Amino acid sequence: MSTMAGLRLEPSDAQAPLLEVKNLSVSYKTGFGQVKAVDNVSFTINSGEILGLAGESACGKTTTALSIMRLHDKNTIIEGNILFKGKNIVDLTDEQLREFRWKNVSMIPQGSMNSLDPVMTIGDQIIEAIRAHKQTSKSDANATMERVLTAVAIHPSRAKNYPHEFSGGMKQRAVIAMALALEPQLVIADEPTTALDVVVQKQLLDLLKQLREHLRISFLFVTHDLSVISEISDRVAIMYAGKIVEIGQNKAVLSHPSHPYTEALVDSVPRVFGKRELLNSIPGNPPTGIWPTGCRFNPRCKYAFDLCREREPELELSNTGTMSACHLISHPNRA
Amino acid sequence: MSSQEIRQIQQDKKLVEIQNLKVYFHQRSTMLGKKVTLHAVDDVTLTLKEGEVLGLVGESGSGKSTLARTIVKLHRPTSGQVAYRGEDISRQDRKSSKEFRRHVQMIFQDPYESLNPQANVFNAVLEPLIIHGLARDKTEREAKVIELLRMVGLDPASKMDRFPHELSGGERQRVAIARALSLNPELLIADEPVSMLDVSIRLGILNLMLELKERLKLTYLFITHDLGVARYIATTVAVMYHGKIVEIANPDELIAHPLHHYTNLLLASIPGSELSEPSRQSTEYTFNPAEPPQGCRFHPRCAAAKEKCSTEEPTLTEIRKDHFVSCHYPLAA
Repeated sequence: MSTMAGLRLEPSDAQAPLLEVKNLSVSYKTGFGQVKAVDNVSFTINSGEILGLAGESACGKTTTALSIMRLHDKNTIIEGNILFKGKNIVDLTDEQLREFRWKNVSMIPQGSMNSLDPVMTIGDQIIEAIRAHKQTSKSDANATMERVLTAVAIHPSRAKNYPHEFSGGMKQRAVIAMALALEPQLVIADEPTTALDVVVQKQLLDLLKQLREHLRISFLFVTHDLSVISEISDRVAIMYAGKIVEIGQNKAVLSHPSHPYTEALVDSVPRVFGKRELLNSIPGNPPTGIWPTGCRFNPRCKYAFDLCREREPELELSNTGTMSACHLISHPNRA
Repeated sequence: MSSQEIRQIQQDKKLVEIQNLKVYFHQRSTMLGKKVTLHAVDDVTLTLKEGEVLGLVGESGSGKSTLARTIVKLHRPTSGQVAYRGEDISRQDRKSSKEFRRHVQMIFQDPYESLNPQANVFNAVLEPLIIHGLARDKTEREAKVIELLRMVGLDPASKMDRFPHELSGGERQRVAIARALSLNPELLIADEPVSMLDVSIRLGILNLMLELKERLKLTYLFITHDLGVARYIATTVAVMYHGKIVEIANPDELIAHPLHHYTNLLLASIPGSELSEPSRQSTEYTFNPAEPPQGCRFHPRCAAAKEKCSTEEPTLTEIRKDHFVSCHYPLAA
């Protein structure tokens, strides 16, 4: 039995995972030396599944997302394996990567709706993205462009508009259309709803669910917004200080958290519905680059005991079925 | 008068009275060379009572920030009036205006809007005191800054000499709050003060603000797009849409009995909401502050809109106790 985080214990004739990230570590070379932004992270995404990756600033979630698209520069050291449909993409050449990207995995980067080219029409930008990754005729590319715009509920007649003529929500949908153009099996979305109003946000989340239903696209949905993650994800992974601290089914992780950080995070979000009460904040700040010894959450954890300061916990099966990296699992009497 | 009676009078004291305020921006549209007028705040009447926390909720473009900035005199009213303790703020002479700035302070979404990146924490907090001629000598200054930093939960010894970029987002916001409090203001206007902060830090700032309100007898105007945050901190919530106030009520009343269709839409859109989304909703509606809809501003998106809504503007009316709504056909109470 593998201790690989997130691996569902299914019968052997189940479909193999679409994406397998195994022991991924990503280090940046900085003026202060090497900083390990992502530290030994493992997870899988199955076909047609939405995995939510949640965490706060500097937890490593964006770095993880970028690694899957191999978007890091030469100063970044990547260790571990990333398997897409069984094939390791860590060793692909630049040429092979260009083939791989957009057709298999595409990305909606953070703030992308504000990075649209202001002097090109929406339609032309989508066509450009298509032709950058695939040999296509202009007319075929045009047909594809109209198809994906329709898929994101933008009338193809609007392809001739410029970005400033679109609302925020429409721009974001245009970017999603771009990411879908070559029919990838996996789309990585990094904070796709952060700058949007709650009403537009809901429309976008509904759209993503529909795309998953009808086109069987998987999503890696990266965000700090727990309520959004809870709404959209099948499974959830919580990251803290470069590590996954808890991973499992959406409801299990967010409604019955096992890890103290997940619990504290869920409890620190002011609720619109439900009981109105004074909440307790998590003391201290999330660490940035310089990790505490032992469990990285220990300085802020209300349950911390001596072992927590000495040894980093490994991911273990919790009693809600999630994998959680916390010494309390093997030492329940210290809670 | 008994102390009870005095307290009663003070409780009813109106701190800020906004009457039919309009703040329009005249711009030449850059793409087409056409002159456009942006109706940012469009005939708002609102009262802020002493001791209240008024949560102003709305989407971006609703006019909430413009309204806040007009109260602190960063924008001039196009028409209408803003009165502070009964005095029209646009008619203040220099002396009264400077006095006013001691009473009303603002903190912003991005702490860098109030913090000079070249000033260390000590000087950032001290500057307002110097400008207003308070805290004359070195000992007094140091004592005051230390007191303020402690009040916002920062350790003076380790933070005083730091520069803003050396602090975390939450710490920067605490410094901005300390700076805003240095003049002992009565009213603090906070424009999305926690939106840029990490989830686990937000609550710390919100709890700090609640604590300071009690301790220093402050009044807050708190702007946010997040209903959860508004519910947590506000005693009254006003919902703004397209430059207008559409509903006012206390948070629990608003959430349990939304009367305006826009409020209902907001509540139904919140992730995890059990409310069903109103049936008719224009997905392509583009908000254009230069061309507000005729009649009720919300009617193009409203499932319950009837003919009257496109011709006649509704006005704020008390439908339930202490619950006001601006709608011709409010949701069943």
